[in-house]
Amino acid sequence: MEGRQAGKESKPSSVSVDLQGDSSLQVEISDAVSERDKVKFTVQTKSCLPHFTQLEFSVVRQHEEFIWLHDAYVENEEYAGLIIPPAPPRPDFEASREKLQKLGEGDSSITREEFAKMKQELEAEYLAIFKKTVAMHEVFLQRLAAHPTLRRDHNFFVFLEYGQDLSVRGKNRKELLGGYLRNIVKSADEALITRMSGLKEVDDFFEHERTFLLEYHTRIRDACLRADRVMYSHKCLADDYIPISAALNSLGVQEVNQLKMSFLKLAEFFERLRKLEGRVASDEDLKLSDMLRYYMRDSQAAKDLLYRRLRALADYENANKALDKARTRNREVRTAESHQQRCCQRFERLSDSAKQELMDFKSRRVISFRKNLIELAELELKHAKASTLLLWNTLLTLKGEP
Amino acid sequence: MAAEREPPPLGDAKPTDFEELEDGEDLFTSTVSTLESSPSSPEPASLPAEDVSTNSNGPKPAEVVLDDDREDLFAEATEEVSLDSPEREPILSSEPSPAVTPVTPTTLIAPRIESKSMSAPVIFDRSREEIEEEANGDVFDIEIGVSDPEKVGDGMNAYMAYRVTTKTSLSMFSKSEFSVKRRFSDFLGLHSKLASKYLHVGYIVPPAPEKSIVGMTKVKVGKEDSSSTEFVEKRRAALERYLQRTVKHPTLLQDPDLRQFLESSELPRAVNTQALSGAGILRMVNKAADAVNKMTIKMNESDAWFEEKQQQFENLDQQLRKLHASVEALVCHRKELSANTAAFAKSAAMLGNSEDHTALSRALSQLAEVEEKIDQLHQEQAFADFYMFSELLSDYIRLIAAVKEIEEWEAKVQQGERDFEQISKTIRKEVGRFEKERVKDFKTVIIKYLESLVQTQQQLIKYWEAFLPEAKAIA
Repeated sequence: MEGRQAGKESKPSSVSVDLQGDSSLQVEISDAVSERDKVKFTVQTKSCLPHFTQLEFSVVRQHEEFIWLHDAYVENEEYAGLIIPPAPPRPDFEASREKLQKLGEGDSSITREEFAKMKQELEAEYLAIFKKTVAMHEVFLQRLAAHPTLRRDHNFFVFLEYGQDLSVRGKNRKELLGGYLRNIVKSADEALITRMSGLKEVDDFFEHERTFLLEYHTRIRDACLRADRVMYSHKCLADDYIPISAALNSLGVQEVNQLKMSFLKLAEFFERLRKLEGRVASDEDLKLSDMLRYYMRDSQAAKDLLYRRLRALADYENANKALDKARTRNREVRTAESHQQRCCQRFERLSDSAKQELMDFKSRRVISFRKNLIELAELELKHAKASTLLLWNTLLTLKGEP
Repeated sequence: MAAEREPPPLGDAKPTDFEELEDGEDLFTSTVSTLESSPSSPEPASLPAEDVSTNSNGPKPAEVVLDDDREDLFAEATEEVSLDSPEREPILSSEPSPAVTPVTPTTLIAPRIESKSMSAPVIFDRSREEIEEEANGDVFDIEIGVSDPEKVGDGMNAYMAYRVTTKTSLSMFSKSEFSVKRRFSDFLGLHSKLASKYLHVGYIVPPAPEKSIVGMTKVKVGKEDSSSTEFVEKRRAALERYLQRTVKHPTLLQDPDLRQFLESSELPRAVNTQALSGAGILRMVNKAADAVNKMTIKMNESDAWFEEKQQQFENLDQQLRKLHASVEALVCHRKELSANTAAFAKSAAMLGNSEDHTALSRALSQLAEVEEKIDQLHQEQAFADFYMFSELLSDYIRLIAAVKEIEEWEAKVQQGERDFEQISKTIRKEVGRFEKERVKDFKTVIIKYLESLVQTQQQLIKYWEAFLPEAKAIA
C-alpha cells in the first residue's frame, strides 16, 4: 500500500505492494507487541467484499499462524501455477537481546554516559529489528490481498477474520525434518526430470527463465549476505565513536589549557558523526540489504513455481507414454486417455499462469530495485552532505581558536 | 627550502625479503654494565650559558653529578658542545611537513594514496608575529625525513637501513642538506645517549620507537606480505616522528651526538643499544642511593606543583590510553568495512550480469563500481585514522611516560638544595614546553584528520551524485 505512511509511523519497507487501485480488500498490521519470546501482530482488515460480515475488523496473529497460511497456499493444487509470496522470516531478537544483556553485565571501565549511549544504540537496534519483522509480515499479507486469485482463498479469509486462535502450533521436529527432506527430494527430482529423455523444454521462454532464475537466485543470495556484512561493519564503526567521544570528553574536562575547548568540541563532533554514520548503516540496511533479501526469497518462490510446472510436464509426458502403451495393448485406453487429457490441461494451465506470474515478477523486481536504489543514493547524498557540513563547522571552530 | 620530500619510489630498490636483525636481543640488560660502557658525554650543564641567552632552556653550568661515587657518566666536563651560531634568525619555516605516504607502495594501492598527503604534525606554519611572540625563542629551521627502507645484507645478519635526510639552514651543521644511512639500532643508540645525558637533569627526552619482536619476526621470516610492508612503513614513520620531536627540542638539538647521528656517514656501531630508558636510569639512581646516606628532600612549594603535575599527567596518560584503544578499534573496523564493501561490489557486479532487464543490469553494474570506489575511500580513510590519529596518540602516551619518569626520578633526587632547585626549574620549563608542544601538535593533527574526513565525504558525494541518474534511468 503506497500511501500507507500517512498517519502512521512510517514503517521501514523496501518492498511496497501496489494494489492497482483496488481498495476492496485492504490489510495492514496496525499494531504489534513483543512479549517474552513471541510477537503478537494485530491484523486489521478493511473490506467491502460480501464474504466478510463486517466492514472493518482486527484479529491478533502470531508468526506460526502466518506460516500455516503460507503452507496452506503452497500445498493447494489450485495455486500450483502461481508464485506464492514468500513467508515472512521468524522474528529473531536473539542477537539483540544478547547484546543488551552483555551490556548490562557490564564493563566497569565505561562511563555512565557511554553506558547510556550504548544502551540507547542497542535499544534502537532492537526497535529497528522489531519494525522490520512487522513490515515483513505485513508485506506478505498485502501481496496476498493484491493478487486476484490468492485473495479469494478460504484460508485467507479465516486468517483475517476468525477471532479465535487458529491453534496452529509450530512445526515439531519431525515436521521440520520432513520439510528439509522434501526440499532435498525436490531438487534431486528436478535435476532428474530435466535429464529424463524426452523431456525437452518445449518453450523457449521457460528455458530462458529457468537458466536465469537459477543463476539470479544464487547471486542475489550472495549479494544479500555481503550487503549484510557491509551494514554490520558500518554499524560497528558508528559504535566505535561512542568511546572515542567519551574519552575526548574526559580529556576536555581535565584540561586546563587551550586544548580544553578543542577536546570538548571534538567529543561533540564524534557524537554527531556517530549518529550520522548510524543512519547511513540503517539506510543501507533497509534500502539495500532488505530489498536483496526479499527478492532472494521471491526468486526462490519463482523457482518453486518452475519446478511445479516441470513436474506437471513430466506427468504429462508420463501420461503420454502410458497412453501409447495402453493403445498398443488395447487395454484401459479410456482411462489412459482421460488421464492424459487431464495432465495436458494441467500442464497448459500451469504454463499459462506461470508465464504471467514470471513477467509480473520481473516488473515487480525492476520497480522495487529502481525505487530503492534511487532512495539509497539520495539518502547517502543527504548523509554525506550533512557530514561535510558538520566537519566544516568543527574545523572552523578548531581553527578559529587560539 | 624544499617543501616536499618526495615519497619513496615505487617499486625500485625495494627489498624482496625484509629481514632485519637487531642486535641486542635483550632490552634490559643490567644497568650497571651499561653504566660502564656508556660513552662519556659532556654534561648539558657545561653549555656556555651565555650563548644560549635567547634560549632559556639552558641551565646554568652547575656540575650536576648524581653521586660522588659514580664518575663514569658525568665526570668529564668537556667543551665539546658549543654553539656555532648563537644567533638564530627567526626563520619563516613555512614549508609544510614532508609528505609521507603512509604505505610502502609495493604491495598496496599505491598511486591513489600518493595524492592524499598525510603529514607528520611536527613542523608547522609560523607567521612572523608568532615567532616574535615565542617566549623561548624556539625558532629553528631544520627538517628531517626518514625514507627508503632498504634491506642490507643477507640471511640472519640482515637489517633494514633507513635514509635520514636533513635540510637545514642552521650554521652548526656543515652543509645545508645531507643524508645518511642509519639502522634501527642506531636510533636506539642515539636515544640511549641522549637519555643518559639529559633525563636526569629534567629534560623530556622523546622516547625512541619501540622494538617489536612480533613485527620483526614476521619481517625476518621474509614474509613479503602486506603486514610486513606495513610494519616497515609504520616503523619508518615512527622513526621520522621520533627524530622530528628530538630536533624540536632546543637543547637536544645542540647535542653533539645528535649532530653526529645526523651528519656523519659512518656511525660507530652502538654497542649497547638497549634503550636506556628512564626506567634504566631510575634503577641506576636507586642503586647508588643505597650506597649513600639519604638526604632528605627539602619540602618547598615546588613540591605541590610537582604533585599536581604528576596527577595531571597520570590522568592524561589514562585518558590517552583509552582514546588510543578506541581509535585502534576504529581503524580495525574501517578496514573491515573496506574489505566487506569490496566483496559486496563484486557480488553486485555479478548480480548485474545476471539481471536480464537491461537498464537495471546497467544500474547494478554502476552500483558495483560505486561501491568499489567507496571501498578504496575507506581504505585510505583507515590509513588516515591510523597514521594521524592513532600514532599521534601512542607517541604521546610514550612521551608522557617519559615525563612521568622524570618526575618520579625527581622525587628521589639526592642532592643539595641548589641542584634540586636547578633541576626542578628545568623540569618545570620542560613541562611547560611539553604542554605547549602538545597543544600545537594535537590541534594540527586533528585538523588534518578532519580535513581527510572531509575529503572522503566529498568523494562520496561525487560518487553517489554520478550514480543517481543511472538509478533513475531504470525504465
